[in-house]
Amino acid sequence: MNKARSNPLNTVMMHGALILYTLIALFPVFVILINSFKTRKAIFREPLALPDADSFSTIGYETVMKQGDFFLYFQNSMVVTVASLFFVLLFGAMAAYALSEYRFRGNMLMGLYLALGIMIPIRIGTVAILEMMVATGLVNTLWALILVYTAQGLPLAVFILSEFMRQVSDDLKNAGRIDGLSEYTIFFRLVLPLVRPAMATVAVFNMIPIWNDLWFPLILAPAEETKTLTLGSQVFIGQFVTDWNAVLSALSMAILPVLILYVIFSRQLIRGITSGAVK
Amino acid sequence: MTALSLKNVNKSFGDIHVLKDINIEVEEGEFVVFVGPSGCGKSTLLRVIAGLEDATSGEIHIAGNQVNLTPPSKRGIAMVFQSYALYPHLNVRGNMTLALKQEGQSKAVIEERVQKAANMLDLGPYLDRYPSELSGGQRQRVAIGRAIVREPKLFLFDEPLSNLDAALRMNTRIEIANLHSQLGASMIYVTHDQTEAMTLADKIVVLRDGRVEQIGSPMELYNNPANQFVAGFLGSPSMNFFPAELLGAGEGRTMGIRPEDLFIADDGPLSVRVRHVEHLGGDTNVIARLDDHQITARLFGQHQVAEGESLRLGFKPENTYAFDRDGQRLQ
Repeated sequence: MNKARSNPLNTVMMHGALILYTLIALFPVFVILINSFKTRKAIFREPLALPDADSFSTIGYETVMKQGDFFLYFQNSMVVTVASLFFVLLFGAMAAYALSEYRFRGNMLMGLYLALGIMIPIRIGTVAILEMMVATGLVNTLWALILVYTAQGLPLAVFILSEFMRQVSDDLKNAGRIDGLSEYTIFFRLVLPLVRPAMATVAVFNMIPIWNDLWFPLILAPAEETKTLTLGSQVFIGQFVTDWNAVLSALSMAILPVLILYVIFSRQLIRGITSGAVK
Repeated sequence: MTALSLKNVNKSFGDIHVLKDINIEVEEGEFVVFVGPSGCGKSTLLRVIAGLEDATSGEIHIAGNQVNLTPPSKRGIAMVFQSYALYPHLNVRGNMTLALKQEGQSKAVIEERVQKAANMLDLGPYLDRYPSELSGGQRQRVAIGRAIVREPKLFLFDEPLSNLDAALRMNTRIEIANLHSQLGASMIYVTHDQTEAMTLADKIVVLRDGRVEQIGSPMELYNNPANQFVAGFLGSPSMNFFPAELLGAGEGRTMGIRPEDLFIADDGPLSVRVRHVEHLGGDTNVIARLDDHQITARLFGQHQVAEGESLRLGFKPENTYAFDRDGQRLQ
């Protein structure tokens, strides 16, 4: 083993630094969670105190449940996030495979064109997007959001995935061709499993901005039945009065699904599955 | 019947002409080795035969049928890759049966062929393992097994031994030779290693820069190389070349002598200074300078030769080869 790594002092310092970072990163989440279970007065009197018998209250959660259709918002956010991720990964991976696997005229230009989207924020086109959605009658539907988020996520997905797909062994794909597999089978059965860690990376990168986005839900789908969680939570934040109990409770509940999705994808990130395929 | 015949095959990638007018015939049951330095187009040629690349022009016939437009899976070939290219999500049995399932073979036929191949390659105990649980040599055997079960008209090997270590390489080489005699199948084998070429081949095709330099049996090529490139490529250590003027003969010509044809002789015509000596036990390799030219002599048995020593080397005139300015052999 490496000498520097086995040095106990270094180990302690390394773990100390990592623990410190973890604490700093988790602190805001912790504060949100404890305060969501406190009375309004207790939140402001001692924001860092844990809820006790006096200060414990579920008033925030009750408000959230009563006001507006919170589960619908939740469901909308979930549908939009999962569907967008699905399309980003599907189309991104297919485009990346075409770009990395097949030689055709304009391959390079096409790759650059697709990568351009990374540099240009999609919000610049908001007015045009809104006009398009109005023209196609998609305003106030979840499809409007799914389409926009798919477009927003594709450039980075194509960029990252095509880089990874170039590393998939040519021999493996050729072995599939000689064994009579179709190009689709080669793509779905041989190539995709090998780039799963990259897919997970793309999914994580895309998931959080989509889940947290306020801009497009506010502009494209502000109707009651298509509100997302982030937009729905805005009800509690007023210009003059903010219902902090409700805001903190809503946020606590909003963290949960992202956390679950993140755990699912990060497992894929870690899992080394390429071993044994090629030398 | 010919197992494979290539007629005027050309291949270009854009402006780069990688295969130039290739004409090769492979008889049924023959073991043919394509050999050449890296970048000579031998792997591309194999991929063209397999159908993984299209030939730009020319005709490819496998077992009498023209296959230029036939997809790889329908050409009646099976290929073993350098990197094994096993399917990571399938176990050994799955790897071997995938192609047969695609062909729509019955379960009985599949099982029978897998058992036969597994026996031949000692893969029986590993059939339910995944590629990641196998060693390099075992993976290579699975890759070969995957080719055998298809019972192809033509086996294609793309540098199958280059990922194995030296000891395993020799064993696998012998195994492949046995396999060839057991199956009696036509095989094409690509390598850059001249030892593999010499030991395995019925017929060697030497390629350079996308051109066929010479075709013949290993001993034909060794004893009768058509040009300086073939002479230098086959044989280890490789043939010595020096200008014929040093022997006072034929201006502009190049003289070639194999290291094993040189011997120490006090009245020998070559006066050299020893630079380095390799004692291999059975042989002694003497690396020396003749003017500005490096000369290697492979002396049989053990010789005490010191570095820096001056030596005279002799040879028999019938063991010399002469080449013209363009490297063509002069008879």
